[in-house]
Amino acid sequence: MPTCQGMAEASGVSVMSEQLAIEFRGLSFHYGDRQALKQVTFDVQAGELFSLLGPNGSGKTTLFRLLSTLIVPQQGSLSVFGNDVRASADAVRHDLGVVFQSPGLDGKLTVDENFAVQAALYGLSKADSRARIAEVSDQLGVADRLQDHVDELSGGLRRRVELAKSLLHRPRLLIMDEPTTGLDPSARSDVWNYVHQLQQSTGMTVFMTTHLLEEADRADRIAILNEGELVALDQPDALRSELGGDVITIMSQTPEQLIEQLKDETELELQLVDGTIRILGMSDAAVVSELHQNYKAHIQQISVGKPSLEDVFIARTGHQFWGTS
Amino acid sequence: MRGGSSKVSFVRVVQSLAWRELARFFRQRNRVIGAIGTPLFMWLLFGLGLDRSFSVATSADTNTSFLEYYFPGSLVLILMFTAIYTTISVIEDRQAGFLQGVLVAPVSRHAMVAGKVLGGSFIAMLQGILFLAAALFLDVSWSLSQFANLVGVLFIASMMMTCVGFSFAWRMESTQGFHAIMNLVLMPMWLLSGAFFPVPVPGTGQLSQEILHWVMKVNPLTHVVALVRDLMYEDRLSEVDFWVPSLTISVLVVIVSTVLFYAWALRICQRPNSGDLK
Repeated sequence: MPTCQGMAEASGVSVMSEQLAIEFRGLSFHYGDRQALKQVTFDVQAGELFSLLGPNGSGKTTLFRLLSTLIVPQQGSLSVFGNDVRASADAVRHDLGVVFQSPGLDGKLTVDENFAVQAALYGLSKADSRARIAEVSDQLGVADRLQDHVDELSGGLRRRVELAKSLLHRPRLLIMDEPTTGLDPSARSDVWNYVHQLQQSTGMTVFMTTHLLEEADRADRIAILNEGELVALDQPDALRSELGGDVITIMSQTPEQLIEQLKDETELELQLVDGTIRILGMSDAAVVSELHQNYKAHIQQISVGKPSLEDVFIARTGHQFWGTS
Repeated sequence: MRGGSSKVSFVRVVQSLAWRELARFFRQRNRVIGAIGTPLFMWLLFGLGLDRSFSVATSADTNTSFLEYYFPGSLVLILMFTAIYTTISVIEDRQAGFLQGVLVAPVSRHAMVAGKVLGGSFIAMLQGILFLAAALFLDVSWSLSQFANLVGVLFIASMMMTCVGFSFAWRMESTQGFHAIMNLVLMPMWLLSGAFFPVPVPGTGQLSQEILHWVMKVNPLTHVVALVRDLMYEDRLSEVDFWVPSLTISVLVVIVSTVLFYAWALRICQRPNSGDLK
């Protein structure tokens, strides 16, 4: 039950929450003994293209299922455009366009038939449904495929059909769970371009999960989940610049020995992450050649680069993005 | 206009989901053949094979051939196989992701169950009607009203079995597991329905016959088979040798159990499936 204070707050910030597409508040979820989400709190602004990044098993699919209303929060709250998922699930569902990771299309039906079933599920009138099917299939370049059976389509096309299907009822918020998984690079960028275009032309809010760092980089803002906890939340550039300077990465056959030696002999800020030595916040490129000269015998490979989202992840969690599944 | 302002029509959702079941089923020819072929084959094989050694006394002091006797049971078997095939799609839909799409749409679980069950029942009924054509080889003559009643019974019985199939399928994660459960539940139900052998009379003093009598008597399928038999043939089975339920009781049992199984399906689909939580 909402407290008096809670209600006052809710009405007091109604103007503000107009701009909030999603509010995650202290969201926790567990499967038996396994805690999948721990007290996750953040907002997504209306009109944003938002990516939720995390390695496999970080809890992002659980968060997605909660947002999609497939499962109900065990603790904390979750609202979409001010509607609580528990109290007003139907209102939330009307606002959501959902693209699951597993293909939600019926392969035995044609593209058009799939669209028609979806339109009925979302209460579109028959006339409106015809108009929307024409419009959306045109937007996503599947208009010439309406009579094809879904089973006959390529993976990339199928994704686009799925995207089109989720947009039929004009959702205000499009949510996608790893929408480019299993697609080849060109189909992947294709999907991205369509999503970007849609977001630009309709002002729709887009929330997607991904485990691809370069994909997260294309979002307006990202949240990073690790072992069920929120470890970062900002614009990709802001997160990267927080680290400052460049990152030097050293591969060595004897990393433990080398890092001890470096600690004794240099003033550098050193990190050993999963067998790789990392030096953050470098601004002087000369250090690389110096290190290479002085420790030639121990260094297999040394490289320098701008910090990536992976560096952000490592800085926040102390382990590598790919080593944690 | 935003999608949020449109009202979702229960009837249209049900229609649409039921239509999808039909389209899916009849586009997979192996399912149509699988559901009707096996019972048809069994009917011919057992019917012709056992015809000389097994005949059943009727109330008119004549005997009915086994081919005739076994026909209503085969018809019910077709309904059962079809009900299993159509409800297995609950598991397939969940695995494929289609079901999740329905679950997050602004539709009630009731509309989802109704669509699935009505679609499945309609398919089973159509398959049943198709099999009725085989009755042309038997000595039967039906009036239009008899045929209409028969179709009505087929539909309600299909609904009953589709609801049972749905309720089990909802909780299963694999189609193999579902087949195993169906063999454990529906096959014995069918075998003990008077499809293959008549219900023994009570009070013979033999414990096994007594148990068989009671198990068969409370089995709703027994009443379906009895109704079909009653509507198909003029002569009832001999009530001296066998237990035969009255028409009114059978109609009541079939309707009440269908309503109960439907309620069960509605109740069970409110629970989350572990497949959605992985």
